[in-house]
Amino acid sequence: MVSIQSLQLPFAGGLLIGLAALLLYAALGRIAGISGIAYGALWGERAQRGWRWLFLLGLVAGGWLAVRAGMALPVAEWPASPGSKLLLVCAGLLVGVGTQLGSGCTSGHGICGLARLSRRSLLAVLTFMAVGMLAATWLRPLWS
Amino acid sequence: MLNRSITVLSGLLFGAGLVVSGMADPAKVLGFLTLDANWDPSLAVVMAGGLAVTIPGFAWLRRRQRPLLANTFAQPSSATVDWRLLTGAMLFGLGWGLSGYCPGPALVSAGLGQSAALLLVPAMLAGAWLSASLRR
Repeated sequence: MVSIQSLQLPFAGGLLIGLAALLLYAALGRIAGISGIAYGALWGERAQRGWRWLFLLGLVAGGWLAVRAGMALPVAEWPASPGSKLLLVCAGLLVGVGTQLGSGCTSGHGICGLARLSRRSLLAVLTFMAVGMLAATWLRPLWS
Repeated sequence: MLNRSITVLSGLLFGAGLVVSGMADPAKVLGFLTLDANWDPSLAVVMAGGLAVTIPGFAWLRRRQRPLLANTFAQPSSATVDWRLLTGAMLFGLGWGLSGYCPGPALVSAGLGQSAALLLVPAMLAGAWLSASLRR
């Protein structure tokens, strides 16, 4: 059963994510889209790689600090079977190809794009939400 | 120096937000994406929290010519809805729904040494590299 208490941390975490995105855009004009930042850090224009690495460093350090402060990050449970490893690899490939081809993920299209009132981002969010729900509800059970 | 500090701070807030919100845990994300009796609305609430900050914030910024510490706002590479955008969003949704990982949580979890994410992230980067190579 969903309680209001159980939604307090998701809302607070969402506020932090929004604050992070607003800070980056307001101060430096940069979009906090994680897929774009990650791929740009590896293969983007050289002069633009440094800040992306700094952001990613902060990203992981921020997660680490939150865990240190007592926030839960359960170890993701995946069966050690070859099938479940294959599932992770296939899912990773799909996420990589999809976010590169579609120019963004949950953060870039979701948190920043929607706030920029971008029609592209709205359509992308509706599409990946719908397909994500279809895949998790009906496809994922077939795999295991 | 100030620019760099702000960039790191933004990353810190973002990473902390992913853990605090529960979104760094793929089980929590799958709880939202799986439509069954145990449906968990958390992810929608995370989006609502994020947008509660960015929608008014970005609206205020639209009245400005430039960011506070830089010359220009980043512009998206394209303005049209095309097959790339929609196919990309579909493939991403498929991978997201199968695993519960989108790029941010995957990178944080991998950075913190979680084995599932350490398997998924290299595949994700390979996928992105492949897609970028084929586009050229």
